[in-house]
Amino acid sequence: MAMTYLAKSPWILHYDASSCNGCDIEVLAALSPLYDVERFGIVNTGNPKHADVFLITGGINSQNVEIVKNLYEQIPNPKVVIAIGICAATGGVFRECYNVSGGIDTVIPVDVYVPGCAARPESIIDGVVTGLGILEKKKLSMNTAGNTAAKKVGDTV
Amino acid sequence: MISIVNAVIYILLAPIVGGLVAGIDRKVTARMQGRVGPPILQPFYDVGKLFEKETVVVTISQNFWVISYLVFMAVSGALFFSGGDFLLVIFAFTLSHIFLVLGAYASYSPYSHVGAERELIQIIAYEPMIILTAVGMYLVTQSFNISDIVASGIPIIEFLPGVFIGYLMVLTLKLRKSPFDLSTSHHAHQEIVKGVTTDFSGPNLAKIEIAHWYEYVVILGVVWLFFGFNPVIAVAAIIITYFLEILIDNTFARAKWQFTLKSAWLIAGALGLVNLATLYYLRGGVWL
Amino acid sequence: MNELLFLIGFPVIIAILMLFIRKEKLRNIIVILSAIAIGVTSLWLLVTCFNKNTILYPFPFEPASNIMYVIELLLAVFLLYLGIKYRKIITIALVLIQAGLLVFFETYLVHGMEPVNNLFVDQFSIIMALIIGIIGSLIVVYATGYMETYHTRHPEVKDRKNIFFFTLFVFLSAMFGLVFSNNLLWVFFFWEITTICSFILIGYSQSPEATNNAFLALAMNLLGGIAFMIAIIYIGIIDPSGKLLELNTLIMSGQVIALVPAVLICFAGITKAALMPFSSWLVGAMVAPTPVSALLHSSTMVKAGVYIIVRFSPVLAGSLEGFLIALLGGCTFLLASSIAISQSNAKKVLAYSTIANLGLIVACAGIGTYKLMWAAILLIIFHSIAKSLLFLCVGTVENRIGSRDIDDMSGLIVRMPKIAVMMFIGIAGMFLAPFGMLITKWAAIEAFIVAPLGLLFVAILAFGGSITVFFWAKWMGKIISVPQVMERVEDTVKKEKWAVLYILAGLTVVVCLIFPLISSILIEPFVFNIYGQTAQLAQANVTIMAMMLFLLMIMPFTMLFSRKDQKYVGPYMSGMTTSPKMQFTGAMGTVRDTTMGNYYLKDYFGEAKLFMLGTALCLGIIIFAAILTAGVVL
Repeated sequence: MAMTYLAKSPWILHYDASSCNGCDIEVLAALSPLYDVERFGIVNTGNPKHADVFLITGGINSQNVEIVKNLYEQIPNPKVVIAIGICAATGGVFRECYNVSGGIDTVIPVDVYVPGCAARPESIIDGVVTGLGILEKKKLSMNTAGNTAAKKVGDTV
Repeated sequence: MISIVNAVIYILLAPIVGGLVAGIDRKVTARMQGRVGPPILQPFYDVGKLFEKETVVVTISQNFWVISYLVFMAVSGALFFSGGDFLLVIFAFTLSHIFLVLGAYASYSPYSHVGAERELIQIIAYEPMIILTAVGMYLVTQSFNISDIVASGIPIIEFLPGVFIGYLMVLTLKLRKSPFDLSTSHHAHQEIVKGVTTDFSGPNLAKIEIAHWYEYVVILGVVWLFFGFNPVIAVAAIIITYFLEILIDNTFARAKWQFTLKSAWLIAGALGLVNLATLYYLRGGVWL
Repeated sequence: MNELLFLIGFPVIIAILMLFIRKEKLRNIIVILSAIAIGVTSLWLLVTCFNKNTILYPFPFEPASNIMYVIELLLAVFLLYLGIKYRKIITIALVLIQAGLLVFFETYLVHGMEPVNNLFVDQFSIIMALIIGIIGSLIVVYATGYMETYHTRHPEVKDRKNIFFFTLFVFLSAMFGLVFSNNLLWVFFFWEITTICSFILIGYSQSPEATNNAFLALAMNLLGGIAFMIAIIYIGIIDPSGKLLELNTLIMSGQVIALVPAVLICFAGITKAALMPFSSWLVGAMVAPTPVSALLHSSTMVKAGVYIIVRFSPVLAGSLEGFLIALLGGCTFLLASSIAISQSNAKKVLAYSTIANLGLIVACAGIGTYKLMWAAILLIIFHSIAKSLLFLCVGTVENRIGSRDIDDMSGLIVRMPKIAVMMFIGIAGMFLAPFGMLITKWAAIEAFIVAPLGLLFVAILAFGGSITVFFWAKWMGKIISVPQVMERVEDTVKKEKWAVLYILAGLTVVVCLIFPLISSILIEPFVFNIYGQTAQLAQANVTIMAMMLFLLMIMPFTMLFSRKDQKYVGPYMSGMTTSPKMQFTGAMGTVRDTTMGNYYLKDYFGEAKLFMLGTALCLGIIIFAAILTAGVVL
């Protein structure tokens, strides 16, 4: 019976790609005492190397393409990417802009999409919980399939 | 007298005790902030999770620095609990901290570089005070050996009140609590991201965390030394001191390194040295 | 006795040979052979004499003393000529005063003096002889390789290698003479020879800066020489028979008689060891080629200064003057360590660290309890080895990369791996447990706390020791951080240098392991003879330290067990991708280089401020001690 600690201690990296900050404020609200996600062991680390869950808001533009890729690479496996808000999902209301190339999944694989503009804290938490389930599955497949398989699952960039 | 049994018990049990202390710390902090907070076993979940991540390094030597840090931290603590020479324990701890600093230098990101420099400043900030603590205990009990200090039964706190207050500053620095959490911190990421631990991940970070747990046990053990003449008072003192540290942590903002260094040295000089000098003078001044 | 005469005389013969040999290969071979001969003889001396206590050798006072007198006068004329040529008025004045005192002594006081035991050997001399014979010889061998590269890199410097090596060997001979002489007049003679050797070697490149620094060193050492001469005259006046000129007799005659000359000679030691306020000459001497810095200005000549102070330690113990000398040493330790934080020039860091450690040795010697003398001698041993290793590494690095600035040494672990590791060992040897220097500082703390007024020195050690952690650790960090792709430049380093560096690095570790042996064979009997009791580290602690050293040595092998599928990513730069050259795209699309410098804390530990503080403080201490001594005399 395999068990992982990943669901009990998911550390997040929160990155604002091209967001208007609406979703970001909601993410940070989730960390506040009202919602208090730390009771689930969630910690907002600012460091990709310490993170398990990549919370991205906003869409991809020419400036942040490399950065998003870089941050994704720096997160050790297993990891999940949660795109928060419609801009992260598809580009949102800015989709037609000349500099926006679309949602996060144009650059890195996304595991969970949390819709909303701005996404509400409850949805965000729900999305993270879903993400944790995916994280556990990835870890178990990492264990069984060996490290080489995990690399295929984890980083396709 | 060196007790191997104590050393082994320490090496096996200290991570558990240290982890629990860390967990209680987070719970109390959360309550102070009006939150529910994580379960007390959370640090163990964190470390367990970290071991499950893959190891990602910037350079292969990081593995070496981290394992050396952990090993020598455990060795230093084992030396403390087996009753060895207090000064040697302090210098062994310095050795292990240097490994962490070098690990941060080896991963050459600007954040870990600045973190390493600040960590060095922290080390030189608290080292005089902790040496003076050891010297103070010597002046009271006539021995540098921890086993003798514990066995002496003398109420050390009565003779070293200034030194104790100075030691509280060391405690704040070593526990990485605000206002002296310059080089790395468990709280929200700071202006240098995670400072010293920026480029460590997965199992390496887990080992650093375990090393911190080893350290917690020792530095709280030093508090015990002040009150060891009565175990009940000693435990109470440890609890009160730690609670005080959490309170200070939640009340103060991070200080600049200039303030840290100056205040640590001033306190060491003013409170520590004056205390020791008074003791020295009262005891006749010349020791043979 | 034969070993002593060989060690004093043989280097002189080689020195004269060196003057005439111009062919590189021949010179190098002779240097290596002589070095081996000197080293082996020193070891032989150890083997034959270690278990005997002080051996005094009657050696005729004349004609050796007459020859010395003539040489001293000739040297005075030589210095006067140079002083006039370079218009150094202070030097001229000092030379005249010293020569005048010498002439006064030789004319009026020396008649009827018949000191008998003019040479001697005891455990402390053996230790010093080993340092001179082994470390000194190693450095001279290193110098053969170094000087070739030096002249290639500095084509503007006139090739005077024959004079260089001549001076080095004369210096070795003088050092041996210094530690084997029981006659104070002879100690003074060899003392002055070392001063002049230092003068010649500092000024080797003949640049204006080098010449000025050479004269600065000369002036300060002459000041010490004058004090030495006054001490000898004082002895001559109070004891016309010359018995007190014998060092062992003087020391054993107790504080009442010997304190005044002791203080004066210790002043000479202070100038030679470059303690504050005389530290500027050592810092300035760093312009000399690195073997000079390693040999004279860290492991040997300056050790002569502390050697003589440690010799007089039993006389100083318990006196106010001794306390003042110790205080001077302690302040130097604290302030010089602090200044070292703000320096980025590697040789200046090493210079200030040397000054600081010499101050610590003097602090131990000035208080003079048996535990402290034990600690002082151990400090001398460990410091000589580690510091010379560091100087030679810095010299090699400088010859390869063209810079002696620490900020240019980043990535040294990739560019010059073996040198970097040895530099690492040297630095670790200076401040980390369980290596020697730290162990000795630990012993010193435990010794000071039981000494009169020792708390002050414990505080100095606590603060000063922490300060040293800072500048050594940040140097170590610089060596191992590799911010960009770098190529290896190490393979062009010459064979002789490798051999010397390996031996010194090995010695650093080995002496750490065997120091309890050294302590019980040499140091403890020596201390016991003087004080009737001796110090040592508790057996349990020694075992623990050996264990730590062992652990330290096997830990690097854990790197071999890292998994082959280790994943690498770049360092975190806020998500900016960094190229291997550690560049990133900045604002407006420009490409920026990343530079990371160390903290130098110049506002707090700046050289100017602290130097003035140190000078003022220590000058005050010296004046106070001088007044006290004058009071005793009158």
